[in-house]
Amino acid sequence: MTHTLKIENLHVAVDGKEILRGVDLVIRQGETHALMGPNGSGKSTLGLVIAGHPGYEVTEGRILLDDQDLLEMDADERARAGLFLAFQRPMSIPGVRMADFLRHAVTNVRNPERKEGEDLIPMREFRRELKEKMEQLNIDPEFARRYVNDGFSGGEMKRAEILQLAMLQPKFAILDETDSGLDADAVRLASKSIAEIGREKMGLLIITHHDKLLEHNPPDFTHVMLGGKIVETGGPELARELHQHGYERIRAAHPEADRANRQMVEQDQNETATVG
Amino acid sequence: MATDLQTTAKPDIGEINKYDFRTESRPVFKARKGLDREIVAQISEMKGEPDWMRDFRLKSLEIFNAKPMPTWGGDIDVDFQDIYYYLKPTDKHGRSWDEVPQEIKDTFERLGIPEAERKFLAGVKAQFESEVVYGSLKEDLAKQGVIFLDTDTALKEHPDLMREYFGTIIPPSDNKFAALNSAVWSGGSFIYVPPGVKIDFPLQAYFRINAENMGQFERTLIIVDEGASVHYVEGCTAPMYSSESLHSAVVEIICKRGSRCRYTTIQNWANNIYNLVTKRAVAYQDATMEWVDGNLGSKLTMKYPAVYMMEPGARGEILSIAFASKGQHQDAGAKLVHAAPHTTGQITSKSISKNGGRSSYRGLVRVNHGAKHSKCNVVCDALILDPHSRSDTYPYIEIMDKNVSIGHEASVSRIGEEQLFYLMSRGLTEHEASTMIVNGFIEPLVKELPMEYAVEMNRLIQLQMEGSVG
Repeated sequence: MTHTLKIENLHVAVDGKEILRGVDLVIRQGETHALMGPNGSGKSTLGLVIAGHPGYEVTEGRILLDDQDLLEMDADERARAGLFLAFQRPMSIPGVRMADFLRHAVTNVRNPERKEGEDLIPMREFRRELKEKMEQLNIDPEFARRYVNDGFSGGEMKRAEILQLAMLQPKFAILDETDSGLDADAVRLASKSIAEIGREKMGLLIITHHDKLLEHNPPDFTHVMLGGKIVETGGPELARELHQHGYERIRAAHPEADRANRQMVEQDQNETATVG
Repeated sequence: MATDLQTTAKPDIGEINKYDFRTESRPVFKARKGLDREIVAQISEMKGEPDWMRDFRLKSLEIFNAKPMPTWGGDIDVDFQDIYYYLKPTDKHGRSWDEVPQEIKDTFERLGIPEAERKFLAGVKAQFESEVVYGSLKEDLAKQGVIFLDTDTALKEHPDLMREYFGTIIPPSDNKFAALNSAVWSGGSFIYVPPGVKIDFPLQAYFRINAENMGQFERTLIIVDEGASVHYVEGCTAPMYSSESLHSAVVEIICKRGSRCRYTTIQNWANNIYNLVTKRAVAYQDATMEWVDGNLGSKLTMKYPAVYMMEPGARGEILSIAFASKGQHQDAGAKLVHAAPHTTGQITSKSISKNGGRSSYRGLVRVNHGAKHSKCNVVCDALILDPHSRSDTYPYIEIMDKNVSIGHEASVSRIGEEQLFYLMSRGLTEHEASTMIVNGFIEPLVKELPMEYAVEMNRLIQLQMEGSVG
């Protein structure tokens, strides 16, 4: 069965202010979608809302993973249903080792029915797999013993997100600016790891300003977001166009969305919002 | 985390009950309830103590009666006349396991003492209701001249050492509860480590309160002679009772020149217990004293381990963790006194408040006149898990000399929604995620614990997170 992630007419607000104004998007397993757009257009918000961030209020619309209504599920249930978000700004958890955290996460995601307190996956098996994945990604084995994202450089954080992606093998992955902060080699490794997991096994939504990650993962679809809406959808050529020429044409073609976008950016600057 | 996450898994009922059972005890002798000269004299007589100790006890009782209750810290609501101050469960001291009465053995089995002994192949002192009934000490330690006894036996076998040091670090006049302990003390550990002897495994004591309304007033004295080192570990759990119970210990430690002592405590009291403990160490030239103190449970804990750095080069370090849940007040902290130049101190305090619990850090750093070039650093972090809980910080800093370096950092944080969301987005339930964050928060202390205690600590935290204890 081909899995499908379907977003229908999604409206989202924070503190009564609308950030997403009717997003429609369908991603099927095996497809790669690029989501582009200027700052403040709502790209990261879309990622966080799909993953189940409790700080956003969905005022209208649906998100379905096959026939499961994701909006009825907490973030952890969504993860266990096969959803993964690589964070633009991952949180640090001092005192918690990457390996302990990942073993717990992998156990829960692989056994979605697991009750709290039941056995974790065997240490030996987990260690072997983690070691293998870290070697593939060129990650220092010391990484496993470090505290989650604590004192990590920007590049290390993004690698840690990719490592989690590789270990958790989701059905759908949203990569939010995963290529920013990575050098060319690291981008290649990240792409390689996506290839290892198998693009045909995942539906990918790549949120990006750049085309680094897209170079290795040419999108089947490119979506442009402006003012909390997807205003245009095209193929890989659209991603190239935006990368080369920017958003002038898009802004001109969608003046209302452009106005909304500028307003949202202004509000954002005035309030230095805490949520991405 | 120091341990595998599996160890923080939800324990079965048997595990929880481990902290909530009582064995029926048949005391051979039980003083009547209450506190007066007659009872204090009777305790001393029952124990066959020398006159100086009896006089010390009676004098302490006078001081206790004269001193007012402390007006700071927490609310202490104890009827001192409604407590049994002495209870002697058995006449025999067990040297071997076989000699220990079955009833008491059952309690110890459930506490895992024989296992601990096997694992550490070290001296195990176990205190069961005021009196040490079972103890053993590795032979080679004895050969090296190390003394590890319950304090009552030490008074009989080493009266000179006792008379020289007992009550010198914490005199009865220090505070009301030190006076109380001095009047009615029973049990506790006595350790003497001769010059140059380094004990490379932890010495351990387990003890528990097990009779309703019976205060426990153990008295511990540790003397680490020049160049020697020792790590003493005590952990304790208490069964739950409905009426108030009082625990008031005194711990005195002397670290002579170039010596090193670490004293590790993990206490998990039932939440009707007042835990009012005075702990103090003096460190002489180039000596290092470290307190590692974990406080869980109890109704009210007031405990501020102290190090007085008496000569140049002395070091004092205090690591403290407090976890306050519903109906609990942890007033814990530390005290460092720089009484000589070139002394170094460090205080690290972590507190967690949950479910309406209240935790306070109360700390004093004092640098005396002439204690030049002394350094001290204080870090206290508080984590508050919900809006009903509370955390306070009372740092006192008294500096009488100019050429010193003192640092103080304090932070209070709530478990962040963003941290929870991050962990949950990887498949962890909200409860798993918050437990993981709390365990991470106390990791700097847990990693200082011996393996067994680290496991136990994580398990206790897990129980606290579930609200199953107390």
